[in-house]
Order: sequence, then structure tokens, then C-alpha cells
Amino acid sequence: MKLLEVENLNTYFNTSKGQLKAVNGVSFDLEYGEALGMVGESGCGKTTCALSIAKLLPKEGEITGGRILLEGVDLASMPESEIRKKRWKDVSVIFQGAMNALNPVMKVGDQISEAIVLHEKGSKEAAKRRTGEILELVEIPAARGSNYPHEFSGGMKQRAMIAMALACNPKIVIGDEPTTALDVMVQAQILNLLEKIRKEFKMGFILITHDLSILGETCDKIAVMYAGKIVELGTVEDIFERTAHPYTQRLIACFPNIRGEKRIPEGISGSPPNMLALAPGCSFAPRCDRKQACCETLEPVGKQIGEKHFAACHFALGGGAIE
Amino acid sequence: MKKRSLIQKSIYAVITIFAVLVFNYLLFRVLPGDPLSMMMRNPKATPEMIEGMRQLFGLDQPWYVQLYLYFKNLLAGDLGMSFYFKQPVSSVIGARIMPTIIMVGLAEVVAIFAGIIIGLIAAWKRGTRIDVATLGFSLVTYSMPTFWLGMVIVVVFSVNLHLFPTSGILTPGMTYQTTGAMVADYIRHLILPTLTMSIVLIGEYALTMRNTLTDVLSEDYITTAKAKGFDNKYILRKHALPNAMLPMVTLIAINLGLVVGGTVQVETVFSWPGLGSLMYEALRARDYPLLQGVFLLVTVSVVVANFIADITYSYIDPRVKE
Repeated sequence: MKLLEVENLNTYFNTSKGQLKAVNGVSFDLEYGEALGMVGESGCGKTTCALSIAKLLPKEGEITGGRILLEGVDLASMPESEIRKKRWKDVSVIFQGAMNALNPVMKVGDQISEAIVLHEKGSKEAAKRRTGEILELVEIPAARGSNYPHEFSGGMKQRAMIAMALACNPKIVIGDEPTTALDVMVQAQILNLLEKIRKEFKMGFILITHDLSILGETCDKIAVMYAGKIVELGTVEDIFERTAHPYTQRLIACFPNIRGEKRIPEGISGSPPNMLALAPGCSFAPRCDRKQACCETLEPVGKQIGEKHFAACHFALGGGAIE
Repeated sequence: MKKRSLIQKSIYAVITIFAVLVFNYLLFRVLPGDPLSMMMRNPKATPEMIEGMRQLFGLDQPWYVQLYLYFKNLLAGDLGMSFYFKQPVSSVIGARIMPTIIMVGLAEVVAIFAGIIIGLIAAWKRGTRIDVATLGFSLVTYSMPTFWLGMVIVVVFSVNLHLFPTSGILTPGMTYQTTGAMVADYIRHLILPTLTMSIVLIGEYALTMRNTLTDVLSEDYITTAKAKGFDNKYILRKHALPNAMLPMVTLIAINLGLVVGGTVQVETVFSWPGLGSLMYEALRARDYPLLQGVFLLVTVSVVVANFIADITYSYIDPRVKE
């Protein structure tokens, strides 16, 4: 059985201006110990997609279709009181702890142990001991657990956040831009730490970022999202070496090559579509240089290119145009 | 809290009190009107009598000598003699302090609890009809003129419904069989001014509570708490409220400082014999020593309340400990 299978997930936001299809028919799966990277521009739905798994959507958000199978059990149709027991125990989230994902008036150790007490039903002493261990695991001295978040540096806060996410030995950890606010050295430390812990505990890991370069180093698979859909999904090699979708291609071109000639990376002209009024056809068509007449009328469906490589484009490289 | 910052804060508090006292002293003397003309309204008073009075109260001295004498006596604990009541200021104030503390103190407690609960419900149900209704109630009562509300309450509850007495603290001329009967009469008189005062205060607490709690509830750490699997009640109690109470503590402290000062409007409308109405009487009579005495009390209690708020803050917010 797979650890996680997401099938045709739809998450919509009911806004005053109408329905916004933040996640529109997304499917992917995750094995034990596997890391999936989700990448895309701001607002493409990657965070909404990941938060849908733990049903942590704001009150305007709603899962309107699809299934989220965690070890075969559907979370999408589970009532709130049941899903609460799954949160943190089965699916935990590493928020941008360097910002204010930690409660400023509560000791860091208490913030970790309260979750242990809730889910493990053990004594406070046992939770405290476990908190100390888990802090040591992320290289924070156990005694620092009695400090408040403002007494931590940005990197330490992020590590404390990781410790918190690991406190109940979850099956899946979602990292929502866990290193975005940190400097490069700390970023590397944190990513190495996460990789070590993931392999040690056989956890599934979903890393959300808009930084492609860190995905290549830490993930097994990459899902590229655009306008609420996964436009390309494949192994790291598939995505970087056998790039099939024009959007992925442009995204990779946005990162400067340190060995090449010194120049400003290209960027992608145009802007993401208005998610409240999606035109028929391919959402990327207006910005695409491979665009043909059919792109504006016919929505491309995902097609298999390699063993685990899918792309939703009529003119995906490695496959021919559809009729 | 560190000892050094405690001493520092105490020194600031003393300086503040001193500055306010000098300002009050000068302010009352700039006011138009002469205390002697009020005291000597008797047409039979001769110029010699008036002059004698002037010397008795030291009003013939230059203002800076008067200021010096005021501070000299103040340091010795002597607040002076009331022009109007012809009694020491401290005993005049002493007789009026309890009714105010009981009435305004009770109103504050009611308003704080009610305000926090109303604000909490509004923030929790943000955007719903309940929120709009409580917001409307808070804004209307907050901006309502106190004396007008007091008069409306008198008309409704005393004049039309005959439920409570219109004014005073005890029924005049009443003899009580037991202490219990007297307390009951006191409470009957206490209800309407307390109600008026509470209604006026609730709005401020409810609005502040609603707004800070709304902000806090949209913070990332609330999402973190939700992701950990906690239910709404726990999140509200353990994560949202401790953060939302920080601005409330400041507000409560400032308002508690005013408890002692009483409220001129409510006490005047209900003829409540407290410091608020005393302040009004003293002002009409240009009773400088009494005015200064009342203002001294208000100043000290506001400064002390802020001082306590500062210290409380360092206990409930770890970020301000340094």
C-alpha cells in the first residue's frame, strides 16, 4: 500500500468575487521515505494543495472533490473531529517558523510537548523527556526548551519548528517553504537535517518551495504546478534533464547558471492567469512560446512520457502532439 | 523584572507625579474666578473680613511662595484646608472615597468581564450577524454621552418602572432595623449608577478585545496550533487569549487608575456622594486645596496603575522582560 495517494483533488475558495479553483484536479502519490517537491509561482496552489492533505484550509476553502488516501483511509471525507486526531500524529507541517509560526508568549519546549501530550496520551514528564530528545535531534540543547521563541535565532526557530513537526513521529511531514526566510548556510544545514531525519524514520516528505535549486538536492520527485494544476510530474532527473513542459523549461531557465556567462536570467514574460476567470484551453498558453491554435481551446491532459514522468501539454517534449 | 529597571520606573513615576502636580497647581490659578468671592458671598462681609480671610488661607502671598508652601506641606502629608468645607482636605476626601471605589470599581469589574466576553464572541464569529450586532452595540454605547444615558436610565427604571431610587446613596430620613436592611437599601441605590457606568465602559473593552483577538486569530501560530490537532476551545484558551490579553492589561490598568477619580457625570446625575461629584463641587467653589487634593489622588492612582501594568506586562509577555 502506498503511504499517500491523492486522486483528482479539487480545493476551491469561495470568495466574494466568485469561486476560485486553487487546486483543480491534482493527483500524485508518495511512498514511505520518499520526498516530493512541489514548485511553482506564488499563487499556483502548491500550499493549498499541501494544506488540503491535513485539511488546514482557511474557512473560505473547501475540498470539493477527489480523494486523499493516507494508508488507504480517505481523509477528504473525514469529519473534523476525526481529522483532528490525524493532524500532527500522521500529517504534520513545518511552517515558516522563522516568521511567527511559534507562539511568542509560550516556551518553545511547552509548544512541542503540548502536542505530544495531546496525541500520545502520556504523562507530562514523558512528554518533556521526549521534547528534550527531539530538540537534541535538531541540534538544540534540551535546556533551551525553556526559552521563548524571541530568544532563538532565525535558524534555531526553524529547527525548533522541525522538532515540533517530528514530535509525534508523523508518517508525512509537509514543509511549507521551510527555508525561505533563512540565509543560504542555514538553509543548507536545515535541508541536510531534514533529509537525514526523513531517511532515518522512513517518513514521507512534501517540500513546498518556489526555489527549484533546493528541490534537486533534497527530493526524489518533483511536481510542477501552474494555475491549480500539476503540469509536470517526474523524478528529479526527468524534470531537470528530460524537461517536457514548456513552463518547467522556462522555470529552470530562470535560475542563473554559475558556470555560464554572466547575465540576468530570462524570467517568464506575462503574469499568471486570473484564477477567478480561467480561460478554456491551457492556462499557460498566453505565456507559452510553443503555443498552437489548439492550446487555446483544448485543455491538455496529463500524458505519460517516461516511466514515472507525466506532462500536461499538447506539445510536451518526448511525445507527439495529440490529434 | 530586573531591580534596576524597577528603580528606574519608580523614579519616572515620581517625576511624572511631580510634573502633573505643578501643572495642576498652575492650571487652577489660571482659571477665572476668585475663591474669596465665592466664600464671601455674604453681602454683610466687610473688606476687613475678606482681607482677614485672604491672609488666613495664605492667598495674599505671591504664587511661587504659595507653590513652595504647597509642596512643603504635601511632603509632610498635609493636603491643606478646604476653603469651602472648612475641614482638612484629607478628611473631606476620605469621607467621599468609598462610595466612588465601590460604584466605579463594581462597574469596572462588570464592564471588564462583559467586555471581554462580548469581544471574544465577536472575534470568534467574525463577519457574522453576531459580530455586526455586538460591534454596533459597542460603538453606540461607547459614543453615547454618559449624562444622557444616565438620565434615560433614571426615566426608564425609576420614573416609569419604579424599580430603583433616582438618586443618592441611602433613602433620606430612613431608619434601619438591621444592618442587612441598610445594605439592601445601599445596593438598591447602587444599581443604576453602576449600570450606567458599566454600559459606558463595556464598549471600549469589547472593541479592543475584538480587534486584538481578530488580529491574533489570523496569526501563523494559531494555524500551527490547529495543525497540531487542537480543538478551537483549546486554541482560544491556550494560544489566542494569552496574546490578546496584552493590550487589554494596559487598558484595564489605565481605567482602574480612573476608578479613584470617579466619574463626574455619573455621580452628578445620580447625586452619588463620591469623588467625582466632590471634584465638581470643589471646582464650582474654586476650592484650590480640595481640587489639588482630588487631582493628586487621581494622578497618583493613574501613575500607580500604569506602574503595576508595566510590571504585570513583564510577567505575561516574555518579550518585555529586559
